[in-house]
Amino acid sequence: MTTVSPSVPDRVGASPVRDSPARRGSAFLYRHAKVRLALLLSAPLFWLGLVYIAALVALLITAFWTVDSFTGKIIIEWNLANITKVLGDALYHTVTLRTLGTALVVTVIDLAIAIPFAFFMAKVASRRAQRILVVAILMPLWASYLVKAYAWRSILAQGGILDWLFAPIGQTSPGYGLEGAVITLAYLWLPFVILPIYTALERVPDSLLEASADLGGKTGRTFRHVILPLITPGIIAGSIFSFSLTLGDYIAVKIVGGATQMLGSLVYANVGVANNLPLAAAISLIPLAIIFVYLAVVRRTGALENL
Amino acid sequence: MSTQPAIRLSGLTKTFGSVTAVAGVDLDIAPGEFFSMLGPSGSGKTTVLRMIAGFETPTSGTVELFGKDVTSDAPFDRDVNTVFQDYALFPHMSVLENVAYGLRVRGVGKAGRESAAKDALSLVRLDGYGDRKPSQLSGGQRQRVALARALVVEPKVLLLDEPLGALDLKLREQMQVELKEIQRRLGITFIFVTHDQEEALTLSDRIAVFNEGNIVQLGTAEEVYRHPKTTFVANFVGTSAVFSADEAKAVLGHSGACAIRPEHLEIVRGKTPSDSVTLKGKVAETIFLGASTRIIVDLDAGKRVAVLEQNDLAQTEATIGESVTVAVHKKFLAPLT
Repeated sequence: MTTVSPSVPDRVGASPVRDSPARRGSAFLYRHAKVRLALLLSAPLFWLGLVYIAALVALLITAFWTVDSFTGKIIIEWNLANITKVLGDALYHTVTLRTLGTALVVTVIDLAIAIPFAFFMAKVASRRAQRILVVAILMPLWASYLVKAYAWRSILAQGGILDWLFAPIGQTSPGYGLEGAVITLAYLWLPFVILPIYTALERVPDSLLEASADLGGKTGRTFRHVILPLITPGIIAGSIFSFSLTLGDYIAVKIVGGATQMLGSLVYANVGVANNLPLAAAISLIPLAIIFVYLAVVRRTGALENL
Repeated sequence: MSTQPAIRLSGLTKTFGSVTAVAGVDLDIAPGEFFSMLGPSGSGKTTVLRMIAGFETPTSGTVELFGKDVTSDAPFDRDVNTVFQDYALFPHMSVLENVAYGLRVRGVGKAGRESAAKDALSLVRLDGYGDRKPSQLSGGQRQRVALARALVVEPKVLLLDEPLGALDLKLREQMQVELKEIQRRLGITFIFVTHDQEEALTLSDRIAVFNEGNIVQLGTAEEVYRHPKTTFVANFVGTSAVFSADEAKAVLGHSGACAIRPEHLEIVRGKTPSDSVTLKGKVAETIFLGASTRIIVDLDAGKRVAVLEQNDLAQTEATIGESVTVAVHKKFLAPLT
């Protein structure tokens, strides 16, 4: 076969580098896909294992220890005291329900804003307007979370913008409290909800919407039967963001929530002031468990397969 | 055309910004007609179709459907249905659900719509495919599903937007036959958009040739092919050697611009046929096409023409560089305007 193509040897001869170690190394990697994969993934997997998995396992283990209430030192002794406390105490029930409710309300508000907004961006706006809107949505993510939370603190304040806005209709700002926290959290997570829904809508060809209209489907039916099923994975992705971020939040709640206590606030208090790390670990298992249940339900619906 | 037209377009115009896509189209399409809109991409044919379907609102002009002005009606209020170029099947529904969709949004009960959908699927010879998802079908099968889905709601007019464009040649030819059969059986008006002149000639009762937003010629397949009115039509529908008025006078001794089809030219070996124009030239290239051979001849008068010869009828084969005499009967000089 080598004698058949006379032009090839000339071209190879023209190449100055033929057999450097780097070349041999590349050739080795080219032929051994598994080695290549191992080299590529070892660093990120090591990081993931250390930061995520190990930290979670440490959390789980710590929850079964206790603290000497006198010296404040951690006693490494297996017991279920923290777990029983968290499961049995009415305080934790109330706070868990409040946190769960807040997360659900925030998610519903965000979806109610994000779906029409994303639809406008993906299917109605001109190319130019579309780009401007994407930038407008991403822009707040450049500002610090704290800055935004404090901005809402001033918006919600007595005599703040909301008070001024609502004055003509005889209303006042909700002030600092659960409502304030819900509004602020819904604002903070909105970009994370819009973007996956927008991406999902971008992938729905316009011709599907036209086909539905062509076959007699009016706007509402087209939305229910064609758009909604196709963007469900995006909606779920967005809701996972708003839901889980709200479950774990304590800073925004502290800034605009007044005296409102969330699971995050309890964890924070036990890590800091109360200095009870094992109890904090036990409390933080609650949102973790809720998220697991949520993901299991979502998985049941089959929506994760199309994510 | 004494009866009411299925579709009547009057002064239909569509501009996108500064671009005029459709420039004042007037057209009547008769009920039960297989009508093709043929033209290169960007000629406005798809935009006209989309205005008939209701996806685009005309800048000016009207669309009438069986005498009723539907210009400002939404797509879901029009008795026309579309087979889309990309088929536009709903990926999350089964084939049966796709076909039944139009009936479902009309409020037809589950049993009724499923049996109608099954009938439609058997019309396009896809019995037993109802449970599959569109992604599990081949291109040709998706095409049939799209057709069944549009037909199940019994439209008065079916619009087809380059429906065979994505299929390979064999399948395309097969679908052409089936489309024609289905159209004849159901007797509804088909409006077929294509850039494939052969497809348009094969299928259509009448053809409108589009160029630059307007209809440049309207007629039966035979009229359009035999008597192209303009240089554009002569070149776009089939191929032609086009002679401008000056060239025609100098080369052919004919007054006025005209076009000659390759199959009307022959290489003469011996006696010149009567009533013919003869031209001398050299064979530049021969291309074997199976049933026929295309012979490119550079005329001594400085013009290149193509001659199509039936392979087994030619007296001898032409060789490259050979000096030949090419003849065309005067009746085949198609005058151009």
